[in-house]
Amino acid sequence: MTAQLAFQNVTLGYDRHPAVHHLNGEIVAGSLLAVVGPNGAGKSTLFRGIVGILKPLTGAITLGGLKARDIAYLPQSVDIDRTFPISVFDFVGTGLWRTTGIFGGLGKTARAQIGQALASVGLNGFENRNIGTLSGGQMQRMLFARVLLQDARVIVLDEPFNAIDTKTSADLIALVRHWHAEKRTVLAALHDMEMVRAHFPETLLLARGSVAWGSTQQVLTADNLLEARRMCEAFDDGAGTCVVDAAHSRAA
Amino acid sequence: MLYDALIAPFLEFEFMRRALAGVVALALGGAPIGVFLMLRRMSLVGDAMAHAILPGAAIGFLFSGLNLFAMTFGGLIAGFSVALLAGLVSRVTVIKEDASLAAFYLVSLAVGVTIVSMRGTNIDLLHVLFGNILALDDQTLLVIAFNATITLVVMAVIYRPLVIECVDPVFLRTVSRAGAPAHLAFLALVVVNLVNGFHALGTLLAVGLMILPAGIARFWSRDITGMMMISVASAMASGYFGLVLSFQTKVPSGPAIILVAAVLYVFSVLFGNVSGLVRQLFPGRHLEA
Repeated sequence: MTAQLAFQNVTLGYDRHPAVHHLNGEIVAGSLLAVVGPNGAGKSTLFRGIVGILKPLTGAITLGGLKARDIAYLPQSVDIDRTFPISVFDFVGTGLWRTTGIFGGLGKTARAQIGQALASVGLNGFENRNIGTLSGGQMQRMLFARVLLQDARVIVLDEPFNAIDTKTSADLIALVRHWHAEKRTVLAALHDMEMVRAHFPETLLLARGSVAWGSTQQVLTADNLLEARRMCEAFDDGAGTCVVDAAHSRAA
Repeated sequence: MLYDALIAPFLEFEFMRRALAGVVALALGGAPIGVFLMLRRMSLVGDAMAHAILPGAAIGFLFSGLNLFAMTFGGLIAGFSVALLAGLVSRVTVIKEDASLAAFYLVSLAVGVTIVSMRGTNIDLLHVLFGNILALDDQTLLVIAFNATITLVVMAVIYRPLVIECVDPVFLRTVSRAGAPAHLAFLALVVVNLVNGFHALGTLLAVGLMILPAGIARFWSRDITGMMMISVASAMASGYFGLVLSFQTKVPSGPAIILVAAVLYVFSVLFGNVSGLVRQLFPGRHLEA
């Protein structure tokens, strides 16, 4: 079993305040991992660190030989300008960036691929619609189609099923399981414990630090969840320098 | 009769042919830029940048009079520096980019007008502020054509990252490093086209031939390719009919061109088939599905 992602004493944060604190661990290639925790637990921050948008304050994230750009990332609050006049087909087609680059054209195979991706998220017939005409659920389906086309070894989904109806999330979770079957590494931040228990073999319970990490059954216990909830959300402006870091640097 | 009004002026007078050629080139380069400015909600940024060009052109004017290259060069430098400085100030301090740009362009405008009036006459000032498309010489025409060509080539190169950066900047960041260079190249094109328009329409109206056609196009097309086509076509039409208008009446050519564009714009706001007012008031019966 090789580690696809490894965290060595990773602290990620904003303005020196840690949002993910001293995280250690490995994610084996082909894992299907749910990242669970209360709001403000650092789930999104961790994902940003993984895809390289945020640099760790200390520690290192290794990607098992991948580059950050080889990871497909679906952020939580997608900053998409929905008024921009672009068709669903063209938008999903941007998922092929790795093969097309800035200039490459969309050949016959690429067009077929885009068609297939749209079909597998149930958006046939939407090709020429503008993205602004889609509903919330259709939008999420479209974003999954783009992730599909990115054909990435590691897929990071930040709360992908928020405000999505059961039918849509069932369709999309099927896609996630399909990726798992293809031996891709999938990480998803989730709030629906039922869904985590039903579909995700592994879970990381995060509350700045890792509260528990392992098989879903062992992680999602009442005790663990309670402990995670106790974590305080606000930054402490008067917080001193972290002693763990100081101890580390003295040891080093 | 119609022939006399619409075609004869261009057959008869060389300066009209030059003006037409100039305005066609301006439309080709500027209108697609205008579409992107509008889609990125940067229409007023274009306007501010246009003012920022003035002191550069004015310093060029101070050193060598109404010299094409001095003024072009000065305008380019001033435009780039204001764009970069405004970006820098907004990144380093609490001031947002629009406020910082507003501050810079107001200062630029004041400095520019001061410099021009120190050395030149009011006529020179009018020339700088409103251009003179009827007096384009060979060199100016070549510069305009050259800039338009550059614009089209660069736009072709940065088109895909530029579009993705408009729609979904975070995604572009996770797949490619092309976002920031594409944005900078785009800003550079804005400056180049404003300087281009400056020769024909002056600093104050140069942006008109970029933004108004883009606004017009928004009312007639739902996709970006269509918008760019329509914007170029309406910019050319405005240029042509504006020249005809100014030839037949006493209206100066620059304002005439922008006025024609404005008429097209008002017509589009009223009757455009994408969210035009009339269309909204009388939408017809709703559909089945």
